[in-house]
Amino acid sequence: MPQSQPLLELRNLRTTFSTDAGEARAVDGVSFDVGASETVGLVGESGCGKSVTALSILRLIQAPGRIESGSEIRLEGRDLMSLSEREMRDVRGNRVAMVWQEPLSALNPVFTVGDQIAEVARVHASASRADAKAKAIEMLRLVGIAAPEERADDYPHQLSGGMRQRVVIAMALVMSPSLLIADEPTTALDVTIQAQILELLRDVQQRMGMSVLLITHDLGVVAETASRVMVMYAGEVVEEAPVRDIFAAAHHPYTEGLLRAMPRVGAIRERLTVIPGSVPPPTAWPAGCRFRDRCPYSWERCEREHPPLYQIGAGHVSRCHLAVEPQRRAQPHVPLAAVGTADAGAQR
Amino acid sequence: MSAAEPNVRLQPESGSRGGMTLVGDDKPLLSVRDLAVHFPVRGGFFGRAKGAVRAVDGVNFDVYPGETLALVGESGCGKTTTGRAVLRLVEATSGSITFDGVDVRTLGSEALRKLRRQMQIVFQDPFSSLNPRMTIASTVREGLVIHHLAEGAAADERVLRLLDEVGLRREYASRYPHELSGGQRQRVGIARALAVEPRFLVCDEPVSALDVSVQAQVINLLQDLQRDRGLAYLFIAHDLSVVEHIADRVAVMYLGKIVETAAAEVLYREPLMPYTQALLSAVPVPDPAAKKQRIVLQGDVPSPANPPSGCVFHPRCHHPARDAACARFVPLLEQKGELSASGQSERTTHLVACIKQPPTAISWEEQRAAGGTKAPVLYVPVLPTS
Repeated sequence: MPQSQPLLELRNLRTTFSTDAGEARAVDGVSFDVGASETVGLVGESGCGKSVTALSILRLIQAPGRIESGSEIRLEGRDLMSLSEREMRDVRGNRVAMVWQEPLSALNPVFTVGDQIAEVARVHASASRADAKAKAIEMLRLVGIAAPEERADDYPHQLSGGMRQRVVIAMALVMSPSLLIADEPTTALDVTIQAQILELLRDVQQRMGMSVLLITHDLGVVAETASRVMVMYAGEVVEEAPVRDIFAAAHHPYTEGLLRAMPRVGAIRERLTVIPGSVPPPTAWPAGCRFRDRCPYSWERCEREHPPLYQIGAGHVSRCHLAVEPQRRAQPHVPLAAVGTADAGAQR
Repeated sequence: MSAAEPNVRLQPESGSRGGMTLVGDDKPLLSVRDLAVHFPVRGGFFGRAKGAVRAVDGVNFDVYPGETLALVGESGCGKTTTGRAVLRLVEATSGSITFDGVDVRTLGSEALRKLRRQMQIVFQDPFSSLNPRMTIASTVREGLVIHHLAEGAAADERVLRLLDEVGLRREYASRYPHELSGGQRQRVGIARALAVEPRFLVCDEPVSALDVSVQAQVINLLQDLQRDRGLAYLFIAHDLSVVEHIADRVAVMYLGKIVETAAAEVLYREPLMPYTQALLSAVPVPDPAAKKQRIVLQGDVPSPANPPSGCVFHPRCHHPARDAACARFVPLLEQKGELSASGQSERTTHLVACIKQPPTAISWEEQRAAGGTKAPVLYVPVLPTS
């Protein structure tokens, strides 16, 4: 858990998008901390709100989206919600940097990668042209690119996917940010290249002592990289725990389902357990527990009462009424979403 | 609807997993020999061919009725091109493709259309592989009509039964693709492929665009359909954990060549090609307590327009005996390991392309004469498991 003063504090973050179908509450009351020099995983499937959470931290939400009043985002004790756009621009790049999923769309195709890294130093540190160029080469060397003097003159299309992601990471690190937000940094990469990039992230995190918020759908990536993990479902954090506890003793039925649904190398099973149904649309989160229809343990209370985050153990919280009625776990049933489907019999 | 299922894949015999018997016909449904697909590289003012990208370069494999052969590898290894060449969605440069005794490469367009009733494909991206202007029903129905399998009310009824079979509610029949989630669209893609009652499906990364929970639903569906209909799959994927779950046999591709092939159990327990070892060790393990010996490969996959000499993997190889000989000899797929003695049929033989994993046809003397400095030695690192 974070020490005295967390680097980043989110309290009741709510981000809403106005759509034809109504208000989409993409992020709906998310609170968590990221401590100094800590790597935290934010896990969930498409549409759970994890990427919108990241964009909200940087205040990059554009109309028709908005961060609702009452949301608190504090970085190093500073209230980001009260900053002007100019001050915010200073925070981005200097204090908080972001690495995106698709490196090709994060790079400008008509400038060399050296120029693009140098530009960060010129804009944020008012470096001279020569100093910025030297900085760019230093950063390329830091992220493990061989012959950085030559690669600096390459255009993004001349580099492989893994090299491009290294360039994007180099750009993010120019100003030694205190927080790096990495949104699915390895999803577009091959597995052997993913291993290289994860190793690089670990290495620079330790060398620069920064914090990393790692957003991913892949629990395997989290297990190998993060010390703490938050699981998001339907716009909310449904479970938060030290990484060891999530894998050894997941509490929330959604986390449990995700872990069971994953095929794993070295663990052959006859049939994968599925989570039946799909995530409800963000314009119509159900009342009560949002996972109820897909849950094998749900009962009347889950329909009536929206579960709070219950304390399960040290640093371990779960948004599930099983915390107070644990005996229900012994009697799983066919989830409502699976009634009448081929997967009905496939639970467990 | 019962959780208990007959095991249609492998029936392991007591204890020894090397000595397994495979269920089903012993004559391949699909045989691919020396398949090559080269794409010309054009340049200059008149766009003359000035070289070739060897996307697929001398590939051999068989697919037997009712089994799943997985073709795995990273981007650009040629796995997708191989799958498409089998269906003649791209034309092979050379080699032979035999499906049920028919030479696929020489068929005329009418005969090819008839054959495609037998061989269908499920694409990776359920968003771009469905026509956005066609309802689900008309998408699934199209194949029935083209192949004169059913018309009118009979066709409508078959469409509904197909939707049942892939687990889509009948009310989706009148909807359009944009109204469906990714997993539902992939079910439509599967229903469309099944409509013409094929015996063989090329599944090209069918679950890699889907979320984990939905991915499990689609994998289970593919396994159910295989059991119920006796389908054979060529399952193309980059995700090794999915492949281990679904495949009977696995062929690993690198730079247009198959570098290792074996029964899935054998390949995952004892990978012998150094590339396969690296690929397996790179899979993130969802268990923070797992012991890991990670092999992190240096550099990127070289360009298939200009592949390295000798073994195409040698510039990135971590085998302790790698030496100058690796750049000189093109390794052949050879039978390896002691498992070969214990009841492997031709179908489950463990084949590996590496001159440094003994036994090898290129003797140490020959290797030394070509500049080799390190004798072949069996190298099997301990891989991370969950």
